[in-house]
Amino acid sequence: MSRGRTWFEALAGATLDGEPASVLCADGTVGDERTRFLTVVPNAEAKFTRARGGELGLEEGWTLARHVREAVAVDDDGDRRALVAVVDVPGQPYGHREELLGLHLALAAAVDAYATARLAGHPVVALAVGQAISGAFLAHGMQANRILALEDPGVTVQVMSKRSTARVTRRSVDELDKIAEEVPATAYDVASFARLGALHRLIEGVDAAEPDAEHVETVRDALAEAITSARHDDSTDLSGRLASPEARRHRSASLRVRERLAEEWTG
Amino acid sequence: MTVSVRSKTRFTELSARERAAALLDSGTFRELIGPFERLESPHLEPQGVVPACDDGVVVARGDIGDQRAVVLAIEGLFQGGGIGEVSGAKIAGALELALRDAERGHPVRPVLLLETGGIRLQEANLGLLAIAEIHAAIVALRSHVPVVGVVAGMVGCFGGMAIAAGLCSHLVMTREGRLGLNGPQVIEQEAGVAELDSEDRRLVWETIGGDQRVATGMADALVEDDVAAIAGAVRIAFETGVPAEHRSAQVGFYEARLAGIDASEPLDGPALRTLWRDEGVGR
Amino acid sequence: METLNFDYPASQPVPRRAYVGVVGSGDLEVLLEPSPDQRAHVTVRTSADGFGEVWEAVLDRFFARNDLAAAIEINDSGATPGTVVLRLAQAVEESRS
Repeated sequence: MSRGRTWFEALAGATLDGEPASVLCADGTVGDERTRFLTVVPNAEAKFTRARGGELGLEEGWTLARHVREAVAVDDDGDRRALVAVVDVPGQPYGHREELLGLHLALAAAVDAYATARLAGHPVVALAVGQAISGAFLAHGMQANRILALEDPGVTVQVMSKRSTARVTRRSVDELDKIAEEVPATAYDVASFARLGALHRLIEGVDAAEPDAEHVETVRDALAEAITSARHDDSTDLSGRLASPEARRHRSASLRVRERLAEEWTG
Repeated sequence: MTVSVRSKTRFTELSARERAAALLDSGTFRELIGPFERLESPHLEPQGVVPACDDGVVVARGDIGDQRAVVLAIEGLFQGGGIGEVSGAKIAGALELALRDAERGHPVRPVLLLETGGIRLQEANLGLLAIAEIHAAIVALRSHVPVVGVVAGMVGCFGGMAIAAGLCSHLVMTREGRLGLNGPQVIEQEAGVAELDSEDRRLVWETIGGDQRVATGMADALVEDDVAAIAGAVRIAFETGVPAEHRSAQVGFYEARLAGIDASEPLDGPALRTLWRDEGVGR
Repeated sequence: METLNFDYPASQPVPRRAYVGVVGSGDLEVLLEPSPDQRAHVTVRTSADGFGEVWEAVLDRFFARNDLAAAIEINDSGATPGTVVLRLAQAVEESRS
């Protein structure tokens, strides 16, 4: 069973048959916070054959967007529920049909929905329990107010497979591994990603593949804290990612650029 | 530094800097963090890659149609226009400042010149983070002022920046331009040549080329690869204003479109145009 | 990638700083500014290793013809000597415009 499904069912307390079956969505709670849980899972019967392994494809992008927008619309008058994106995606599908039918736009739809929800005041939390790759992670997770991850060798953040990266940059995998030691941004492990300052919490001591009740509680507590702290943010934007000590150290150029732009903005 | 451009010139012959200048009202071009500031990527030299003094992105303020504007121009010739920490921050940071101005009642017209393969692999997760910030800024900004994207070619627009294109209020493309998530070569490498022959130019352009994208409603204007034509299209885009519903928000419309696709049948560019034209293209 | 440094005696001031080119395959960018002293200083970062002597020959020739107290920075992505000479000439012309 995919980690996405494992954690979705443990946290949302629901086993669902959605349509399409690759996107699971359920309303549950985290503490006393109403929370909509969302994840993408493998579906051997998916309509688009290249998106059967849990990839975030055409249907998945638009479906995520629909579920998120529905929460935004329904909560328009009152309390804005939390949204938790459980992330375990091997990437986006490689297919002629996908490109033809606008895969870039399907992913944009999910980005749009999550960003819109965040801007409307919904606390959006991403929980990486497995792979968090490239466009799929941009679409499902990267627009969150808070990103959490389980500390586990199976939790990786990357933009392309090592094999493909090696081919495109014309380096050997060994060379890439050496570079990853110097440039943490190119490493795939979640601890390296944490050094970039955008991770709110790296949750240790939890079995990412087969959590027991205690592990689930630990994660639930972490989600509760993340939701509460997001609600207390001064703003609904992503600026918090650059305010962390790790960002000041490992994304200092990002800060420097913004400083200079602000200084030079009005000529 | 003067950057001058003759009006009868192919847009794609111009450097990023020249393209930005070409879109701004004459005499108003002013570059931020220009070449002599040498704000380059700190991550390339350690990997034995020669950096560019501007990290391949030009931030240019000026006017468009007498209104304050900012053009973010990606230099496609440098590392395939890949987005790294600095280049990504230039784009995101400029959009964030445009947003700040818009929220204070002084909108700035943002233009993205998208000549990019997506994330610069040598900077990987830094590029990923920057692109997420670009996405966030576009969504916030576009409720105040149209965010206009231009995909002119020769590199095209792929990866996380194709997602950014999908978020734009208004997208101008040339026939030569290509817009897709995964590049043709990567698809061929990952899924095989039967899935997509990346050397079949007609197939590639029929799938993700500017003409196809405009015909299927995924881009707004198909324009000649010509400076005046593109500048004109950008101006019109701003005059058109913020759309009632952005393309990436049209969930019902696109879900219906996908539902009408029989995935067991072959489908090519021309067939899709016919199908979606018969169903009613447009917003 | 290699970094090479060159130094020449020079007396003529640089009228204006100039920037030309692009770090694209087979091309280079040139930043040209006034030198702090009566010398020309050139720093080359090049993607093609082992061509130090070629750079030296090109720059020797350039400064033999151009007495310019310039601080020049070159970021090169495998340009031919012909392209290097062209970009340097463009930079000088721009510094005079």
